[in-house]
Amino acid sequence: MKRYYSVLLLTAVIVIIQVLTLITGKAYLLTQLTMSAYYIVVAVGLCMVMGYAGQISLGQAGFFAIGGYTTAFLTTIDFSGKAETVLYRMLDTLGLLITKETLYGDTIIHMTPWISLLAAVLIAAVTAYALGIPILKLKGHYLAMATMGFGIIIYRIVLGSRIFGEADGISNVPSFPVFPGISVSGDFTSRISNYYIAWLLVILGMLLLINLINSRVGRALRSLHGSEEASDAMGVDTSRYKVIVFVIGAVFAAVAGFFMTHYNGGIGPSEAGVAKSVRYVAIVAVGGMANLWGSLIMGLVLNFLSLRGVFGHFDDAVFGIILVFMMMFMPDGFIHTDVIHDIKEMLRPLFMRKKKLKKKQEVSND
Amino acid sequence: MTKPLNTFNSLLQIQKLDKFFGGLHAVNSVSFDVKPGIIKAVIGPNGAGKTTLFNMIAGYYTPGGGQVFFKDVLLTGMQPFQVAGKGVFRTFQNLKLSHRLSVMDNILLGRHTRGQAGFLAGMLALKKSRREEKEAEEAVLPILEWLNLLDLKDTEVGNLSFGNQRAVELARALVSDPAMLLLDEPAAGLNMHETEELSQRIQEIRDQGRTILLVEHDMSLVMEISDEIVVLNFGQKIAEGKPKEIQENEEVIRIYLGGEDA
Repeated sequence: MKRYYSVLLLTAVIVIIQVLTLITGKAYLLTQLTMSAYYIVVAVGLCMVMGYAGQISLGQAGFFAIGGYTTAFLTTIDFSGKAETVLYRMLDTLGLLITKETLYGDTIIHMTPWISLLAAVLIAAVTAYALGIPILKLKGHYLAMATMGFGIIIYRIVLGSRIFGEADGISNVPSFPVFPGISVSGDFTSRISNYYIAWLLVILGMLLLINLINSRVGRALRSLHGSEEASDAMGVDTSRYKVIVFVIGAVFAAVAGFFMTHYNGGIGPSEAGVAKSVRYVAIVAVGGMANLWGSLIMGLVLNFLSLRGVFGHFDDAVFGIILVFMMMFMPDGFIHTDVIHDIKEMLRPLFMRKKKLKKKQEVSND
Repeated sequence: MTKPLNTFNSLLQIQKLDKFFGGLHAVNSVSFDVKPGIIKAVIGPNGAGKTTLFNMIAGYYTPGGGQVFFKDVLLTGMQPFQVAGKGVFRTFQNLKLSHRLSVMDNILLGRHTRGQAGFLAGMLALKKSRREEKEAEEAVLPILEWLNLLDLKDTEVGNLSFGNQRAVELARALVSDPAMLLLDEPAAGLNMHETEELSQRIQEIRDQGRTILLVEHDMSLVMEISDEIVVLNFGQKIAEGKPKEIQENEEVIRIYLGGEDA
């Protein structure tokens, strides 16, 4: 059970941060921490694709948007006054409709987001599967371009379709009742519970991926990154594995998009933009590629700073620069499992020189 | 109707394999059989088509013509992972290992075909998946011990000596208990002592009842351990027989030593 220690530590840190914000009276920071958590879910999913299956994807924002827009579209359909339709009766008998009153006293009837969650996951998974089979035959920058092309298509679709609100996106997305009495929403009073829901999702995602990495399939994936030919020779159906990991990454992104949309009460086309996809890749790269914890930590730090507006006008540029820098100087990532060893190696020449100087001095003293 | 194993006259049958690379006839209608439980070597000068032949058997190249049967099952047209699934495992001339993974992880990959746990079982850490992992780890220990890798099992493969890396590859090909091993120049890059050790090991593997087909340049190794030898030259089979017969074959001598005056 050693592999779960770090998850326990994460849980403790999450609680400590919440308590700290409460004590210091900075509870408003929870908003950015909650949003960062959802972006982290995308990042750790992408980390599996990039770090473990060795495939790059510059289209994760597309999957995030699929999740977000699916639920935004479905849950903003108003069923009031449509009591005669077959769909209404079907959903009503199954107890899948939610009745709400708006600020102006109107009644809105919409389907429960659990349906749209299912739809979001299915659409993302099917899209990733259908897309993955042809494009995962590509390698390196060809694959990067193909996935980016997919991201751009999704971006243009949501930007150009009236049903997706064009440049305005979709707003007035209802809250998502996860547990009885607890909903995912931007409601000021439920800030703390939303913080915990978001991080619970991160923990759940991490547990699933940690388990996967330590399983038979995980080992095959890790070696796939080292040598695809060898994995083939040992009986691993490498192309199938790559597609499945791509699907897993897409589902993680879609689920994050789903939650984020309910949290924000809406979604706009910027979430589907290429700049967002670059951001996710930069986070995984700087986090150490095949390093879930690295992706988590860098995802938290960078997204939090970005959401707090620290990078100002250079927000997207910062992530671009990080990516360029990583590719040039540290293609294996910044956070290593053996980072202390690396630092020692870096510092060794300094100490060596001192020792040599000492020796020289001793010799000349003689 | 499937035949029991011991009635196979030949475990691997290679029938009229052909391969063109552009205008080069790399392998020209090569046929031979490999009987169960023997060491068979494929030799020949550089460019004779040995590795191409190997890659066709293992599913890496599609032959231009001809067929390969293993236990009377057609291997031709299968992907490499499917060939492995049938119990034919290979090693590579230029080692293919995951350098940043431990010796144990590299070797456990060889057990892949023995497991069943998929993505879902892995993600949920189902009992089946965990039991399988434990069994795999236990199963590889005797082989690690036999190859003197037990103390190195947690070392990253990139930090091992070349000889030990070769041993890791051999172990990885062995841990699934395959019926047949394809060894692509197993002695390349080894020193004399290591080659001697390897020759012992290959013979021990055969004595466990496995069948071995190897491509090798080291002639003394081939003559010492092989039960049968096939000689290729310019893509064609020019001789086949016991080591002694091959040593006395005039054409083989001519190829290896050059000219009529040999």
